[in-house]
Amino acid sequence: MSAFFTSRLFFISLALVIIAATLPLYVSGYVLGLLTVAFYFGVFAMAWDLLFGFAGEVNFGPTFLIGVGAYTAGILNAQFGWSVYPCIVLGALASVIAGLVLALPALRVRGPYFGLTTLVAVLMLQNFIVVFADLTGGEIGLTIPDVISINAGTNYWIALGFMTISAAILYGLSQSPIGLVLQASGQDPVQAGALGFNIVKHKLAAFVVSAFFSGLSGALLVFYFGTASVGTVVDVAVGVNVIVSAVLGGRRTVLGAALGAIFLIVAGEFLRPTGELATFIVSAVALLVVLFFPGGFLGAALSREARS
Amino acid sequence: MRVFQILIDGFAISALYALGATGFTLIFGVSGVLNLSHGAIMVAAAVAAWAAASILNVGTYVGALVGVGVALLTAFATYFAVVKPIQDSRRIPNEEKEIFVLTGTLLWGIMIQELIAYFFTNNAKTVLPIVEGVVEILGVRTPKNEIFTAITCCLVIALLWLLVNRTRTGKAVLAASMNPRGVTLLGLELTNIYIVVWAIYGILAGIAGVLLGMFLGVSSYSVGPLTASAFSIVVLGGLGSVSGSLIAAFVVGYLETLTAYLVSPAYRTIPALLLLVFVMYIRPQGLLGRR
Repeated sequence: MSAFFTSRLFFISLALVIIAATLPLYVSGYVLGLLTVAFYFGVFAMAWDLLFGFAGEVNFGPTFLIGVGAYTAGILNAQFGWSVYPCIVLGALASVIAGLVLALPALRVRGPYFGLTTLVAVLMLQNFIVVFADLTGGEIGLTIPDVISINAGTNYWIALGFMTISAAILYGLSQSPIGLVLQASGQDPVQAGALGFNIVKHKLAAFVVSAFFSGLSGALLVFYFGTASVGTVVDVAVGVNVIVSAVLGGRRTVLGAALGAIFLIVAGEFLRPTGELATFIVSAVALLVVLFFPGGFLGAALSREARS
Repeated sequence: MRVFQILIDGFAISALYALGATGFTLIFGVSGVLNLSHGAIMVAAAVAAWAAASILNVGTYVGALVGVGVALLTAFATYFAVVKPIQDSRRIPNEEKEIFVLTGTLLWGIMIQELIAYFFTNNAKTVLPIVEGVVEILGVRTPKNEIFTAITCCLVIALLWLLVNRTRTGKAVLAASMNPRGVTLLGLELTNIYIVVWAIYGILAGIAGVLLGMFLGVSSYSVGPLTASAFSIVVLGGLGSVSGSLIAAFVVGYLETLTAYLVSPAYRTIPALLLLVFVMYIRPQGLLGRR
């Protein structure tokens, strides 16, 4: 852990955060808005990487955790008139509870079965949102009356600060003994278990931490967008974005996942002039990375550093 | 009246689900590949059949053939451009190949979906049915197309069963699913077997896609839900077990039809999803799965 503070990665990250923090002084509100969304997605991707990259579980349900956090916060604000901050806290809490409920059956199974259980959770959430349209706004979405701030710079700084703190905690966790046990159980669950580690407990902890950050980020995103809808927080396509971000940035690196998410959202915006082909191009680039640089951006960079 | 209607409609939709899931489970059973571009290949087949019949005016039969042909080509492209490079890659550790195949085929499916949306828009397309008109069975007015769909699905699945159990090629495929290394010791090239399996898969997915296009219609939005439903059926039945996925397809098909008729179409998929979670909880390997 202490080695990290003297590593090149730490100084690069620090420099990037400082540069990013000065952006509102000279770039347009449009760019800030784009990056704000990208930062929240960065947290989604990092939280997902903790579970996938380290514990080796394909979680198709990131949007279940994100969606529960986002909708809980949104419904409390829009339907019950609660103020913003309690809504955010309760959103994150609801996501932790949902994570526990999902983890109990899901952790009994492995591999594709785990993937499916988590995917089913997303499909169920979507169905419930549509069925209980009075509460959730259904397919149209829920309009959120309150926002954290209307100032683009403030929103940007909140998102950046939130992402930086989340990154520090998640990265720290991944390098801690807990992270090492997770990694060991991802690679060889039988041996890790034989060493006396309670794998299920560790995975459950990873799930809960992952749920907390996903839910918190989802709740914050809702108060940035001013709306909660299936398309923005629960759709399978959102989950695909999260997964692609983590693989693109480099799995098992946590920080890479955030880079991947920012790249994906910014690239999507740059490709907007190509119209409907934007998603095609982004997916094609991601596929090429998966095929030729399976370590992802940060994975490739780190292995080069390790070699030199 | 209503009982017969549920029985007939449920049978047709279940047979279609069964056909759609069979190819998916076959590939998993033989090579351990979960192909997440499955829905995209089915939609590509349906859209190709629609385009050939409605834009090029080649007629419904040729249109259907074009659809199956496109699915076959797409299946080969999936294998050679995505799955095989990942399986052969030396940079990806063996224990992570499964996850990379999932991610790779997922991205590939999105690429196909976006190309379809780009060239043919997101609008729903209904493939012109091969047989038209309505017949009355047991007092229920049923479109002939629905009966045609059900019969074709059953025939294709029966043919597949014969192919796998009664031919030399089929036996090689079956052997590869049980012991891949043993098959290579017998002098059979594993890659050739995989090519045969992907060819069979392409044809199955193509027929299922075209029939789906005739029966319910498809759009590029159908890609995700189709993959998800094939995935659920296959896991419910037990990964790699063809008979398990047939049973699961009928359970899910009838459960959905019952819910749609007796409760509300809005709740259609919920009981099936709940059942899936329940089965996963008490029997994680699925109904007929091996562990």
